Amino acid sequence: MGFAFLLPWLVAACGWMACRWSPVAWLSPVAGEGQHAQGTAAQLARLVFLTSLLGGLLVLLLWLLLEPPVIAQRSTQALLASEAQSASSRQERVALDLLRTKAQNLAAGDRPTESLKVEALKDESDSVASVARAALVLRQATEREAWLLPVLVVLGGLLGLLAGSQAPRRGLHPRKLAERIIAVLLLLSAATALAVTVGILLSLIFESWRFFRLVPLSEFLFGLRWEPQIALRADQVAGLGAFGAVPVLLGTAVISLVALLVAAPLGILSAVWLVEYASPRTRSICKPVLEILAGIPTVVYGFFAVVALAPAFREGGAWLGFTLAPNSALVAGFVMGVMILPFISSLTDDALYAVPQSLREGAFALGATSFEVASRVVLPTAAPGIVSAFLLAISRALGETMIVLMAAGLLAKMTINPLDSVTTVTVQIVTLLTGDTEFDNPKTLSAFALGLLLLVITLFLNWLALRVSRRWHKEWSA
Amino acid sequence: MSGLLDLVKPRRSLSRRKRADRLFAACGAGAVFLVVLWIGFLFASLLVRALPAMTAYEIALTVQLEPEQIPPDNPRRGNWRGVLAQAVADLLNAEAQTLDAELIPSERVAAKLLLSKGAAAELRSLVIKNPSWLGKTGTESARTVFLPVSDSLDQYAKGLLVPSTQDGALVSPKTAELFDQLRQAGVVQRKFAWRFFVRADSRFPALAGIAGAVKGSLLAIMVCLFLSFPVGVAAAVWFEDFAPEGRRTDLFRINVYNLAAVPSIIFGLLGLAVFLNFFSMPRGAPLVGGMVLALMTLPTVIVVSASALRAVPSNLREAALALGASRQEAILHHVLPYALPGILTGTIIGLARAFGETAPLLLIGMTAFLTSVPEGISSPATALPAQIFLWADQPERGFAARASAAIVALLIVLTLVNLAAILLREKMEKGRSR
Amino acid sequence: MTQTQTTATTEGADNEICLEARNLSVRYGKVQAVKDISLVVRARQVTALIGPSGCGKSTFLRAINRMNDLIPTCVVQGSVRLGETEIYDPAVEVEALRARIGMVFQKPNPFATSIYNNVAYGPRVQGLVRHRRETDERVEKSLRRAGLWDEVKDRLKESGTSLSGGQQQRLCIARAIAADPEVVLMDEPCSALDPIATARIEDLMDELRARYTIVIVTHSMQQAARVSKRTAFFLLGELVEEGATGEVFTNPQDERTLNYVTGRMG
Repeated sequence: MGFAFLLPWLVAACGWMACRWSPVAWLSPVAGEGQHAQGTAAQLARLVFLTSLLGGLLVLLLWLLLEPPVIAQRSTQALLASEAQSASSRQERVALDLLRTKAQNLAAGDRPTESLKVEALKDESDSVASVARAALVLRQATEREAWLLPVLVVLGGLLGLLAGSQAPRRGLHPRKLAERIIAVLLLLSAATALAVTVGILLSLIFESWRFFRLVPLSEFLFGLRWEPQIALRADQVAGLGAFGAVPVLLGTAVISLVALLVAAPLGILSAVWLVEYASPRTRSICKPVLEILAGIPTVVYGFFAVVALAPAFREGGAWLGFTLAPNSALVAGFVMGVMILPFISSLTDDALYAVPQSLREGAFALGATSFEVASRVVLPTAAPGIVSAFLLAISRALGETMIVLMAAGLLAKMTINPLDSVTTVTVQIVTLLTGDTEFDNPKTLSAFALGLLLLVITLFLNWLALRVSRRWHKEWSA
Repeated sequence: MSGLLDLVKPRRSLSRRKRADRLFAACGAGAVFLVVLWIGFLFASLLVRALPAMTAYEIALTVQLEPEQIPPDNPRRGNWRGVLAQAVADLLNAEAQTLDAELIPSERVAAKLLLSKGAAAELRSLVIKNPSWLGKTGTESARTVFLPVSDSLDQYAKGLLVPSTQDGALVSPKTAELFDQLRQAGVVQRKFAWRFFVRADSRFPALAGIAGAVKGSLLAIMVCLFLSFPVGVAAAVWFEDFAPEGRRTDLFRINVYNLAAVPSIIFGLLGLAVFLNFFSMPRGAPLVGGMVLALMTLPTVIVVSASALRAVPSNLREAALALGASRQEAILHHVLPYALPGILTGTIIGLARAFGETAPLLLIGMTAFLTSVPEGISSPATALPAQIFLWADQPERGFAARASAAIVALLIVLTLVNLAAILLREKMEKGRSR
Repeated sequence: MTQTQTTATTEGADNEICLEARNLSVRYGKVQAVKDISLVVRARQVTALIGPSGCGKSTFLRAINRMNDLIPTCVVQGSVRLGETEIYDPAVEVEALRARIGMVFQKPNPFATSIYNNVAYGPRVQGLVRHRRETDERVEKSLRRAGLWDEVKDRLKESGTSLSGGQQQRLCIARAIAADPEVVLMDEPCSALDPIATARIEDLMDELRARYTIVIVTHSMQQAARVSKRTAFFLLGELVEEGATGEVFTNPQDERTLNYVTGRMG
């Protein structure tokens, strides 16, 4: 497989060298000084490199996209054929999954293909035989891929090479043709970003739509109970589980609020101090240190919250007379606050920097102290920028997964007590989708509805932040 | 500007205002100090927790690999537990003089008390790697091997566990005493935990390592790099040099900025719904993980590359064009090389973030429990941060230390990568003193 | 300098015509930068374009090698002929055109690569050289013609940006002539240089005019008087007067020219 990724480049390099150096006439029909009409050999070589590379990569891409579904379907057929069943009910599908895993292990194992064949032909109605048959399909697919894929890739590359080398004979200027191809590739690359957005929206909306056919939208948006696990029982129909997102959103809000309460004062104070008070030397040391926090993966924060902070908070709480629930919102929120702290402080830093120096000088000239300048002139002027920093930080906190997954709870509760255990949107998405993911029950689909909700809220906050800061910039850049 | 007038009110004395100023400065410095302190605390606590995973207590056992216990033609079917039980019993007999008699447990439970649960599997794989050990009899079949002690004893020896006589206690005082005496006799030794760096995951903390996760992470990041770098840079070139002015291009731009703000878990949902469900790609494969990470990194690469391209002086482009280069040649030969340090730095930072990302990988199944190092980009794998998450969830105490050590490894990798980015930029920018 | 000519005639000149602009107008969006200019540039001599800043002389210069094409809002009307070729003909390859018309910019802008590669870039991208030997010859020839060879022959591998300002500008000239252009356009080539470097460039122009047609935009009337054979005076996007340099400076036909050259306006 890995070799196949190198092949297109190899073929393309061969094509390039052939055009560049080979005296073969059919490859380089243009030579000499009349370069402008038909292009130089170097330009032709570049075109041929491009076309043959594209040919090879295209074949590879098609194979990657089309081969897995075909093989999956054929192995499933092999599994189903013997028992003449259709995987319609849930249990049957689980059983099928089990068989499929067995077949995969068998195919990947070190049993020789011959013995698999023997077992596959043994008995028609045996599940062992059908597993062997499926394993055989998989094994053969792997074996076929080993030679067929490289051959196809080389063929695609050669086809591209041929097409490219014929361009001058058809009156196409190699440089122009190559540049047209490149322009299309550039456009396609830019369109990829758009395709990702469309993909996200389409997949979220499609699965959410399937969810809302099972659970009414009003229940999802306004229901006060979130108990998706109940719908797992096989005899239960959709709708018996509770899918009210309000407690989940409330939990998310509580944790984000705690985070903001931790991060906002620390972030603003440190930013103001670094901009208005600290010497350039101190600043140049402290800023990168603050940025270290931004580079730490969130799983590290989550782990730290669980092993170090949660026990400390529990003991501290007990000492003060509180009882902290395990996985309390306080611990998760606190760590989340530390996570968004560098975010707030660096954005506030930018906002403070953008305040014109003349305003500061004006206030200093009136005899104000640094504190008065900062609190009455700089901060009010930079306020919209700081507000927008808060909004961005909140949207970060809402979408953060690992910290809450490790430090917050799993059960949704209608509470705003930070000492209690609450859950969040992201935690629910992960817990609903890890393990068994069949796309036919409301439990799984509800994760996509939550995802859509999260996306909408995040984008709204970002839009708001942009609006706030843009209005401010308009005011001060004049 | 009423605030400005307030502050020249004559009634407030200057000393009070100065005091407020000093207080505020102290608060600000305090805030920064608190944050720095917190970072120090975080790293110190992680390091302290990681240290125990760097060493392992191992017991020197002389095992008899007799053919009736271990059939040379099929060593997998051997009676490995029996061999170990015998070896432990022999050991205790040999050391009988140095040990207190009442501490010696019955032969039946001795191996269970002292050795890790994974010791049998460990011995088996060791012997299978050395087939010449087999097929001998008598004293010739004896081999001395080092095997990890039980998880609880390891914790006890590192001072993380206090023996107790209570029911359900992990280590009884008696076992602890026996262990201490064995240590004094030199039978049990503290060794560097090499297994942590070369092994994949395991059910037993003593045998679990990060090699599998690291390889999974590297494979995924490679896929991510090969997808997001070319596509991202090409998209940035289009935005900066080819995009027609107008509403449609603005829409493209806004879209990229919004994409950068989308929570990572949403990309996991996309990967699950599209790559796994729609295209039936293999679950938990680094290929899929890398693709999801690439989609997540793409907006970062585009934004960073676009700003690096924008910073290229326009006279460079003009000079090339005036010499008869086409627009694309001017970009390829002069603009892109000039912008490369910026683009590379941005890409490396984006990749570093992808390297530490966990949430989307959970959704596409890169959390499987795998006891072998992944073979390629389409075989199931796990990633280093996902491995940390998995270990943090384990009840065995040994795994917490492993998770800390894995975190330290992760942070070291990230630091090195970021350092490389900085050095690269400095080196490449020195090349053109303009 | 020979003073055979007194008026701007289009035919019967002492030299063949190299470039000819007819009714050329250039607009940036709604701003008319150049209005209906007709001008003839003769081969193998130096033509100076003078005038106050913003008068359209640079725009006119950039219209000759179609550098204005890069500005999306720019609209060009009229015609410019290079020999027999109409350069605004849609069939003209702008890259090939620019190979025939070299350009030197206001600020020296060497590429961030070696001196050698800087000079070799044009010939390479045009496909004029196929072997290392050919490239070597061309680089040496161009650097010699630009009077830079003796200064840089031992450090061709060093970065072009490591040279001094005047050397950088001569490198840019070498780069511009490496692809054997017929015309070299110079857009205030000395404005970023000190007087000594400027004198060096002016001497160079004097040597180069034997082989190339040079059109120079300058804000310095002294420079125009020193280096050019013919001078065109631009004002507010219009061509006010064109003639032999001596005539324009000593005996201008137009009052506005007189005001400008005598320093009453500018």
